[in-house]
Amino acid sequence: MALPNKPIGELKAVRDPEVEKRDVDVLIVGGGMAACGTAFEIKKWASDDTSILLCDKAALERSGAVAQGLSAINTYIGDNKPEDYVRMVRNDLMGIVREDLIFDLGRHVDDSVHLFEEWGLPMWKKTDDGKNLNGKQGMKAGTLKGGATPVRTGKWQIMINGESYKRIVAEAGKKALGEENIIERCFIVELLNDTTDPNRIAGAVGFSVRENKVYIIKAKVMMVACGGAVNVYQPRSVGEGKGRAWYPVWNAGSTYTMAVRAGAELSMMENRFTPARFKDGYGPVGAWFLLFKAQTVNGLGENYSASDEAKAELEKYAPYGTAAVTPTCLRNHLMMKEYKEGRGPIIMKTSDALKKLAETMSKKEMKHLESEAWEDFLDMSVGQAGLWCATNTEPEKKDSEIMPTEPYLLGSHSGCCGIWCSGPDEDWVPAEYKWGYNRMTTVKGLFTAGDGVGCSGHKFSSGSHAEGRICAKEMVRFLRDNTADVNFKETDQELVDFVYKPVRTYLDNCEYTTDETVNPNYCKPAGMAMRLMKMTNEYGGGTATYYMTSGKSLEILMDLFDMFREDLENIAAGDLHELMRAWEINHRLYTVEAHTRHIQFREESRYPGFYYRGDFMGQNDEEWFCFVNSTYNKETNEWSLKKVPYVKIISD
Amino acid sequence: MPSFVIAEKCDGCKGGDKTACMYICPNDLMVLEPNEMKAYNQEPDQCWECFSCVKICPSQAIEVRGYSDFVPMGGSTVPMMGTEDVMWTCKFRNGVVKRFKFPIRTTPEGEANDYADLKGKDLDSGLLSTQEADGYVLVAPSELA
Repeated sequence: MALPNKPIGELKAVRDPEVEKRDVDVLIVGGGMAACGTAFEIKKWASDDTSILLCDKAALERSGAVAQGLSAINTYIGDNKPEDYVRMVRNDLMGIVREDLIFDLGRHVDDSVHLFEEWGLPMWKKTDDGKNLNGKQGMKAGTLKGGATPVRTGKWQIMINGESYKRIVAEAGKKALGEENIIERCFIVELLNDTTDPNRIAGAVGFSVRENKVYIIKAKVMMVACGGAVNVYQPRSVGEGKGRAWYPVWNAGSTYTMAVRAGAELSMMENRFTPARFKDGYGPVGAWFLLFKAQTVNGLGENYSASDEAKAELEKYAPYGTAAVTPTCLRNHLMMKEYKEGRGPIIMKTSDALKKLAETMSKKEMKHLESEAWEDFLDMSVGQAGLWCATNTEPEKKDSEIMPTEPYLLGSHSGCCGIWCSGPDEDWVPAEYKWGYNRMTTVKGLFTAGDGVGCSGHKFSSGSHAEGRICAKEMVRFLRDNTADVNFKETDQELVDFVYKPVRTYLDNCEYTTDETVNPNYCKPAGMAMRLMKMTNEYGGGTATYYMTSGKSLEILMDLFDMFREDLENIAAGDLHELMRAWEINHRLYTVEAHTRHIQFREESRYPGFYYRGDFMGQNDEEWFCFVNSTYNKETNEWSLKKVPYVKIISD
Repeated sequence: MPSFVIAEKCDGCKGGDKTACMYICPNDLMVLEPNEMKAYNQEPDQCWECFSCVKICPSQAIEVRGYSDFVPMGGSTVPMMGTEDVMWTCKFRNGVVKRFKFPIRTTPEGEANDYADLKGKDLDSGLLSTQEADGYVLVAPSELA
């Protein structure tokens, strides 16, 4: 004990921060794949006198979901038809998707992949006699753009050597936008609406995680792309391992929360993703299924997913369950059945798969294959490789367990929650799906991309980049057509008080007790994070209940959220890192509340294996074959939810 | 699998213009203790084990120790970054060592083409700048419901 109490972090927060004001035409919030796409594209369309600013909570070189790297690009259309891409996404997401957005993405995404290769991302190639070349050897086969054949693991995925994927993409974005137009370690926490037209965006406020400074930024048009939401449900590992989330642990739901608080309509927030991954390490399973053709068995050694019982179960979810490729949620659903009926755990037979491959391969080829298997982890999930090392797991000798994780909220991977956005302004797009600017939210001048855009999953890294580029061009169009100046009503002082409230709460109260972490007058972000994840886990369909919830559980959860929100008024932060955590927990609350309110509203279980409404099991197409959209009024703290018709654009 | 800093090797990047690990950590975990001039991971249970700090450290002072709640002791995965490749040394608990080398980049760092001189022409088309320059034709769906 060392009195007087002082903040634990190195960068102490002060009561009155410096204020830096900016007035720009375009503000880009975020620094991941989508924002790097915007950064690359925007100056190609903007006039030279357009002022553009990008704010990233971290450093562009390694921010966002691709920070660690990736071993594959999951969306490359190549010789496929964009129509088939729409069909694949539609089936995986149980029928209810925005086909205009998906088709549009499909006709743009390859251009970004071709740029990545030109910038230096190594892409695997197939030789004429069917052998795989890694990204370096494959250079002699030419480029994808020039017609070389990629190595496909599935219909849509291509293999890369992607350790430096994000560094390469960030480099191009940084160069194109200019480093002088980028502020790193600036966490934008709230968007500001226009005084005369409250449904128009006018600016944003945030703070530096490196110095005591609040940024107040006026902007005529804006893109928010800060990823999805992680650590909104209690992870399976609750000690140190809670950082080993499957999706990046720093994704705090900022995209959805900031947008909904600015008045934007959210869509399909009930959708979630609970990926089945290697247990604990959360390493990818795609290459094991697709490239190495490994099978999964239950605890009795049975190939449970091929049983007659499984087929009968899938038929309940026709036409999705009976399609050639079983939707991701239904694959989880079959696993859940095994666990609940006592036939767990689920084992990936890596040893059998490699033995089978060895029958037709030379020793040298097998050595290469072993290296490919390890690279799959080392490029994107090093911790899984670490776990294999620590448990003496050589996959050719010892099998590994797979298990569905805790729930994640996202719109770019195999999930589709997000913001309701305009599609392209073209004849084939239904009138109710377009309002002038592609990927603009229902708030004028506010755009989003990547995890932000709802109802169009399976974009992944490449699609998010392409979507960020689409936003760039559309924002410049918006700027050309909307020249009126914008203003927000909040004063500088009000904004500083708002952003730095947790610091003042800390300074006013920290000396009352002999331990700064335990104090009846405030709550701390670390404790609030656990409290939020406990309540969602127990009542909102977390792993604790095998993803099961009910109307009554959700009713209890809403009461818990109300008290949680009230208590956030007393959250305390003594240093800048803790201030970041305080705002992240605020963002996580609104996002996971939106998620569970949507689950409460939709009285069916559309995504079995991802979540279940015990009181409304099964699909109810008659009443629920529609989108669910929601809005939030931050003045009155009221949520409104409604059904929105689905329009089928692409034939079966 | 939180990162840790080897006290003897860390010099706080005192010769550089920034503390490398602190600059790069996507989750703002690595921080410099200015009196000792040494860095540390301030919140190990929020570490994603992305290895960004390990890879960027100019003194090879950062490694990763498996998460205490599920990883047995004794294994390690250590990267060595080059300009074109990364070399991994994976050490098993039982002493088995595996080494792997993978390409990371096919162009020199800093050479990514940002198409600085490219200007788009038709702001009202749905084409991206490089698609327009390539003469790509934007198709509408032909297989309609």
